[in-house]
Amino acid sequence: MLVEIRNLRIQFPTATGLSEAVRNVSLTLGQEKLGIVGESGSGKSLTARSILRLLPPNAIVTADKLTFDNIDVMRADEIALRRVRGARAGLILQDPKFSLNPVMTAGAQIAEAWRAHRGGGRKLAEQAAIDLLAQVQIRDPKHVARAYPHELSGGMGQRVMIAMMLAPDPELLIADEPTSALDATVQAEILRLIEDLVSRRGMGLILISHDLPLVSHFCDRVAVMYAGRVVEELAAEELLRARHPYTRGLLECLPTLSHRQKRLAVMQRDPSWLES
Amino acid sequence: MIEIDGLCVRFGGLEAVKSVSFSVVRGESFGLVGESGSGKSTVLRALSGLNLNWTGRMSVDGQVLAPRRSKDFHRRVQMVFQDPYGSLHPRQTVDRLLSEPLQVHGMDNIERRIMRGLNEVALPATVRFRYPHQLSGGQRQRVAIARALMAEPQVLLLDEPTSALDVSVQAEVLNLLMDLQQAHGLTYILVSHNLAVVAHLCDRIGVMQAGELVELLSADDLRGGRTHHPHTASLRELSIELEEPETSL
Amino acid sequence: MSGVLSREWLLSETPASRAQAAWVRRYRGWLQLRANGLAMVGLVTVAIMILASLAAPLLAWQDPSAQDLAGRLAPPSLAHWFGTDELGRDIYARILYGGRVTLGMVVAVVLLVAPVGLAVGSIAGYLGGLADRALMRVTDVFLAFPRLVLALAFVAALKPGITSAVIAIALTAWPPYARLARADTLTVRSSDYIAAVRLTGAGSGRIILRHIMPLCLSSVIVRVTLDMSGIILTAAALGFLGMGAQPPMPEWGTMIASSRAFILDQWWVPTIPGVAIFVASLAFNLLGDGMRDVLDPRQR
Repeated sequence: MLVEIRNLRIQFPTATGLSEAVRNVSLTLGQEKLGIVGESGSGKSLTARSILRLLPPNAIVTADKLTFDNIDVMRADEIALRRVRGARAGLILQDPKFSLNPVMTAGAQIAEAWRAHRGGGRKLAEQAAIDLLAQVQIRDPKHVARAYPHELSGGMGQRVMIAMMLAPDPELLIADEPTSALDATVQAEILRLIEDLVSRRGMGLILISHDLPLVSHFCDRVAVMYAGRVVEELAAEELLRARHPYTRGLLECLPTLSHRQKRLAVMQRDPSWLES
Repeated sequence: MIEIDGLCVRFGGLEAVKSVSFSVVRGESFGLVGESGSGKSTVLRALSGLNLNWTGRMSVDGQVLAPRRSKDFHRRVQMVFQDPYGSLHPRQTVDRLLSEPLQVHGMDNIERRIMRGLNEVALPATVRFRYPHQLSGGQRQRVAIARALMAEPQVLLLDEPTSALDVSVQAEVLNLLMDLQQAHGLTYILVSHNLAVVAHLCDRIGVMQAGELVELLSADDLRGGRTHHPHTASLRELSIELEEPETSL
Repeated sequence: MSGVLSREWLLSETPASRAQAAWVRRYRGWLQLRANGLAMVGLVTVAIMILASLAAPLLAWQDPSAQDLAGRLAPPSLAHWFGTDELGRDIYARILYGGRVTLGMVVAVVLLVAPVGLAVGSIAGYLGGLADRALMRVTDVFLAFPRLVLALAFVAALKPGITSAVIAIALTAWPPYARLARADTLTVRSSDYIAAVRLTGAGSGRIILRHIMPLCLSSVIVRVTLDMSGIILTAAALGFLGMGAQPPMPEWGTMIASSRAFILDQWWVPTIPGVAIFVASLAFNLLGDGMRDVLDPRQR
């Protein structure tokens, strides 16, 4: 088991008391692809980041079990976790405009990631960076390596991000809405790329998204979160047979090209979903 | 209602929009789809008056548009932006945001109009004195729509209005937009990269690729697969493939 | 039903009126400032200094201009809490009355400088093009003037005194505010919400005044508090050159300048006004830091 989470709770202090962002979430992940789907505020990002303990400093985290490859994340010290972050687990964020350093070239950033975790000389790292750019299917890797992030399109920026995260050859990849800022064509390409790389390297993948059908295409299992809880967990191919009304609601409120609709179905939120 | 003829927009050395022409009938919903960089948003911004480097001919309700728009134009044509977080002034309450267009156009009965505006977009009166950071994404977008409708426009330009919203909120906002169009007889131009959204709301659709308008077709034709240009076909195929959850191994 | 200005009312998530919404925001800002210990030290110190200066006639029982040449350079004692200066004047009284002059000059400079800088910077930033270039060149010209040289020029034109000193300092202190406001304006100018306001048909003047300036205000306010110490020191330098406050008017900087010969034997005469300047500068700095955290819209 790569990741084991049992009864994770994350709370934040506010001016009016404690607010619960994640309530008793339990998930496991082996060498497979797990999708976590939910709307904003459902706690999906926090859940994934808790695996690497990358939460805001004022977060109050408790869990019966929170392990990465049997390392107790809750009790590990910062040094042990730093050996995990990047080297063994990578994190891809939504908008490469904000997650890439604007004053370094793409190649330099990938090379830096390489050297930070694998050591070696500058020339070797630069060559490795170009190799990685080729692996993420960039047609002219040498040119892109010399480019600055603002010169790259959204899709290219995400590919650079992926290359950076793959440089240390990690075992787990967490992708937090990696394609939400991209249009449909590029979305599909990036997700296919991620799926392909993860399968070939035998990695685990946690894909976080608000797009349920999209996630079902690229993951083996899907966990649906609502208001900090996992309301349903199912295999990707069984999505159409989902039972929880929230999951069904998410599927039914989507506009579709297959037939004409007069009005879109609107989610009726049942307060009983807040308990489980 | 809206006629666009040979619109060209340049950014420095790059031609973002290459001789685009289409027309929109009063009360119609016209959709513009394409990938990022296809120029669809640029067309909208040129039409709205935000972008001044265009050539060609545009007219709204028979009046040809000059590069600098009149106040009257802004009363008749309004825009809703993509990012609900970014389109509301962070330091102004909803009340202030909604009263701004009324004050600019010297309209009376500000109090009543604001209450009516909030009501129309199904926002409770309690949000009236909140700041944008205290509202959810869906609420912010409703405020943006209410603001656009304050001056009683005839045309709404919608630049990816639901792309940044959760799917359930998107459904509500799309239904709202449909209702408002019926109630006020509005003309819409909707820009989006999401074909399903555009086909749902719009009657006719223009497909853009690399700055050119490559096809004009009806929503029914798009749904039925009666496309002519290969780009349209590939966009449609991808959309259908991705929207159906995978059901087999 | 929570009363007006009660804690509940001030923390409300659903304000019922424009006034309440404004008060809620102010209260939250205040809570955030209060949580910052150093900023509170700064705030309290500034408040005490201002109050003490205003209440100088009540707090000092000696006339700050009364000379007593026989009792000059006396060390601190019960009769003279801070001792006497080179002309036998009570230093404690001069510190209190001097606070009025020094802090008064600072406030006068700020009231001149901040609005002008804000206006120039936001107009330049928003309009861009020729207006931007012209205004920024003007700014550069004023930035190039050394303050003291300009002050000397003013004295040649007018008479030496506080007014000339204030004008001279103001003329060279406004450019950084213009730059700051311009930078903020450039950041904000291409945002969607400003585009939305342009689309309502509002004119540039309205947009700059009512939508852009409020966003630049926080940077300017923070810069003002951080600048205070610099302005105090410049006023002191002018006093040193005889350009600022003229005798017998007490002013912290001039007090140091005129007694610097006594630093070794009667250390208290120049040191105590120096400490006053130091405390004032530090307090304004701490307060400025705290206010930046509260006012910066980017922190939200």
